[in-house]
Amino acid sequence: MVDRRLPGGGRIDRSKPLRFTFNGKELTGYEGDTLASALLANGVNIVGRSFKYHRPRGIVGAGAEEPNALLQIGTGASTIPNLRATQVELYEGMVARNVNGWPSVEFDAMAVLGFFSRALAAGFYYKTFMWPASKWPLYEHFIRKSAGWGVVPDGPDPHHYEHHNAHCDVLITGAGPAGIAAALAAGRSGARVILCDEQNELGGQLLSSTAQIDGKSAAHWLQGALAELEEMPEVTLLSRATAFGHYDHNFVGILVREADHLGDSLEHGTIRERVWRVRAKHVIHAQGAFERALVFCNNDRPGIMTASAVSTYINRYAVKPGDTAVVFTNNDSSYQTAFDLHAAGSSVVLVDSRSSGAELGELTDTANQKGIEILAGHVIVDTSGRKRVNRVKVMQMAENGKDVIGHARMIDIDLVAMSGGWSPAVHLHSHSGGKNDWDDAKACFVPGASNQNSTAVGANNGIFGLAECLQDGLAAGAKAASECGFKAEAGYSPTVSAVESSAITPLWRVPSEQSVERAPKAFVDFQNDTGASDITLAVREGYRSVEHVKRYTALGFGTEQGKLGNINGMAILAETLGASIPETGTTTFRPAYTPVTFGAGAGREIGGKLFEPVRTTAMHTWHEAQHAKFEIVGQWHRPWYYPKPGEDMHRAVNRECRAVRDHCGVLDASTLGKIDIQGPDAAEFLNRIYSNAWLKLKVGYCRYGLMLGEDGMVMDDGVTARLGENHFHMTTTTGGAARVLGWMELWLQTEWPEMQVHFTSTTDHWSTIAVAGPKSRTVLESLCDDIDFSDDAFPFMTFREGTIAGLPVRVFRISFTGEMSYEINVQANYGQAIWDAVWEAGQPHGITPYGTETMHVLRAEKGFIIVGQDTDGSVTPVDLGMQWAMKDSADYIGRRSLLRTDCVRENRKQLVGLRTLNPNAVLPEGAQLVDDPSLPTPVPMIGHVTSSYFSANLGHSIAMALVKGGHSRMGDIIKAPLADGTVVEAEICSPIFFDPKNERQKPTLEKAA
Amino acid sequence: MLLITCPYCGDSRDESDFTYGGEAHIKRPLDPDALTDQEWADYLFMRTNTKGYFREMWNCSSGCRRWFNAERNTVTNHFRSFYRIGEQPPVPDTEVNNG
Repeated sequence: MVDRRLPGGGRIDRSKPLRFTFNGKELTGYEGDTLASALLANGVNIVGRSFKYHRPRGIVGAGAEEPNALLQIGTGASTIPNLRATQVELYEGMVARNVNGWPSVEFDAMAVLGFFSRALAAGFYYKTFMWPASKWPLYEHFIRKSAGWGVVPDGPDPHHYEHHNAHCDVLITGAGPAGIAAALAAGRSGARVILCDEQNELGGQLLSSTAQIDGKSAAHWLQGALAELEEMPEVTLLSRATAFGHYDHNFVGILVREADHLGDSLEHGTIRERVWRVRAKHVIHAQGAFERALVFCNNDRPGIMTASAVSTYINRYAVKPGDTAVVFTNNDSSYQTAFDLHAAGSSVVLVDSRSSGAELGELTDTANQKGIEILAGHVIVDTSGRKRVNRVKVMQMAENGKDVIGHARMIDIDLVAMSGGWSPAVHLHSHSGGKNDWDDAKACFVPGASNQNSTAVGANNGIFGLAECLQDGLAAGAKAASECGFKAEAGYSPTVSAVESSAITPLWRVPSEQSVERAPKAFVDFQNDTGASDITLAVREGYRSVEHVKRYTALGFGTEQGKLGNINGMAILAETLGASIPETGTTTFRPAYTPVTFGAGAGREIGGKLFEPVRTTAMHTWHEAQHAKFEIVGQWHRPWYYPKPGEDMHRAVNRECRAVRDHCGVLDASTLGKIDIQGPDAAEFLNRIYSNAWLKLKVGYCRYGLMLGEDGMVMDDGVTARLGENHFHMTTTTGGAARVLGWMELWLQTEWPEMQVHFTSTTDHWSTIAVAGPKSRTVLESLCDDIDFSDDAFPFMTFREGTIAGLPVRVFRISFTGEMSYEINVQANYGQAIWDAVWEAGQPHGITPYGTETMHVLRAEKGFIIVGQDTDGSVTPVDLGMQWAMKDSADYIGRRSLLRTDCVRENRKQLVGLRTLNPNAVLPEGAQLVDDPSLPTPVPMIGHVTSSYFSANLGHSIAMALVKGGHSRMGDIIKAPLADGTVVEAEICSPIFFDPKNERQKPTLEKAA
Repeated sequence: MLLITCPYCGDSRDESDFTYGGEAHIKRPLDPDALTDQEWADYLFMRTNTKGYFREMWNCSSGCRRWFNAERNTVTNHFRSFYRIGEQPPVPDTEVNNG
């Protein structure tokens, strides 16, 4: 293995060697290295295999654009797959593996696919694996396996992730020359500034620049600028911080990798990553630009890199990526790479596709002085080398730019530094809704008008010279701060001495000796193995839209999201279509700019108590002490059933059901939604919002209310009591309280603002204890001596005020079980005291606590609906057989809709009861109902089961169902074919199974005694 | 994450503090029985699909709980105005989609 580390230079700390392994091999790098620079320094050529053809691939870039070096970092529960080695800081003991290639990247058995590449063209998967459709899961299994892409952690992540909210005047994304200049100008004015950069060090291009600023090295100027920024109290500097999305109204997400670089030694529970949610008055985009690859045959061999990456590895990491190099370019900027290589001791040949070479004469002169051969008007037509490029074939390009002419020259090399020009990283600008404009002279898209208060600066704005970047940054920083109300000015602009030029003559597809279809693959998107020939094929097959071609060829689909090759692909598409690049357009960039971990997205809201708020009643600890099982309704934790030792749910619920019907049960009903309604128009308001009549309800009385949407469909129900002439106490379903309050406020505020009525949510203000069963009156009487519980004095559907255990209570005589039943309401704090009193008083009468499951069974025995279970937003009161709850006397919300043709047609699904012919068979809720399961599929479905239980009181199963035309099908037998192949037969009947005459909930005193 | 200004509370807060209410200025017919099914369905179901400034309702659900109206550009999400229920939109109807 070759040692490619240069003897001196770079920003690495040679006193701090770091040991790491790559695919099990022990290697050494230094602090300051990325994993990529350390791999290159150790002479590692192959870091992965390509997605489709399993071609060997090496490191291409030095940042977020890297398409090949996607590695699995770390082990066990902390491991992360598919990290770009170019962005992973090396740490002591790092374990890195490639994510694809089997059995190894050096020898990949699947590479045989490469020989069939012509058969694996664009759309191959669509065309080949379509038939038979039933085999797709099998195909998918093998496609996934051959494609690779890492493994998931083997356990829960032991680290923490956090979210952080921040506000600022000016947010600057990217701390290269332009970003730092902007921060200086804005910061000097006193504006609150956040400057973030994805790298471990702020500085961007300055970290690998050989230019002089104000007569000193770029690194020296950077040090001074950062020192000044650190002194500013209102400036926040964030390194290892990627702005991954620019959302509406200048809301920017920044992922700060606080501890990823500390590796596996990280103590459990440490905060590993933190998402900053920043709201900025002004955003300055300074993420720079990406260098494009050139599209020539076999341009994907290890040892072929972008020119700027080569310069970065030499200058910043002191790694010489090759000894004999060819720089292949269509623009002036990569001449600097040739000089960097020369300085590092490599031999260099410059292949410049432009017929007269560099536009800036000084560059040509410098190259000549250094003895660098320039082949102007030449291109690389092919490369060779199995595990690393070892030879390029260079030919002269014809004037038409489409052909090559003359004799081929073979050059033996071990490195190709290529440059197809620069593309501003317009991602965040695009996220924010901004469009991009094509700049013909610069041959790139530059950010266009912004939808938000944001500006692009420097290379991100298509300004590529260092001096201009600094100027642009200073001006933009000052302007942004001024707009935020600060007195800011651009100030002194540093002088830069560097030979700079970005002159370019675009070359999108490098011509070769053969047509694009016959020539060896020339890759556009390395990660997805998309070649130029795939794009031309897509056009031949009729694709025109860039968005369709993207999806057909997978261009720009990978984790690097087309940062390296998208513009090349779009330009080749435009060329093939004979259209201009602006006409062809670009695909849409969407967040995230680079992948964000699931942990960072979830933050602390993962599992446990912080996942969702928990609501409990005043009696919750009592329920827990009784070993209740809980059911989550909305956010409420409600007792579901109270199993005794050895009881399963079925036996516990049967026992509770029997207890209520035979003796007495007690239910915590505190979670029911409660709304206090007051005002002179309270009754009139209820009359409009409920479908039944409310004006004549007497004070002291309760009434069941049914609430419809304006579309006529049932949306909520509950019992409401008239406490006074202008005062009502409304109850809603447990899950519907907030929705109903919002609904009433909507009508009051927007449609009937003249009405004098006020709503207050009182759900949490009252504890509600329901005592139900034939002994309930006896229990209440023994508790409360200031209420007369006789039927005459306290009839069904009324309420009384009194005291229990010295506490003021409201007692409602209402029933959701069909039994004689009272609901005691007391100020919530006293809930447990009243519960205890009821429990004590009920002991001689066998009082039994019951949960929601028993409540459901008992109400189903009575045919009482639960909104949201027996209804689904498409059910009218008529469908439920509840015409009695529809008044004729006045208009109400939803009434007109009930007259629509669709609401009066005859075969609507209607609520019925079902009795299974086998009394012990309990239908599954949701089971589909049919008349004849033997009919050919699709068998016409005529309804479905909404509620289904075994009734211990009746000794058989009961069910409610919505059945087409069900009200007129009483006595019919229908069938429920189940998933296990059996068919359950049931008879359609009334949904009221128990006590159809309602004799139990309002018996005479004698009967109860 | 939109930034919304409640015209009652007066401050700007995150969208997550608010609830969306759909198109604004749809009046409930005073005499529903006078409407044909078609006309009623139009009131009930049909909403304009505006490209440009759109008048819509928002509820300050984590604040004062009041409903208010806003004019939002459906292309850029820029809010041009926030105004109370019962108030006339600051920009007359004829100019609604010209901004």
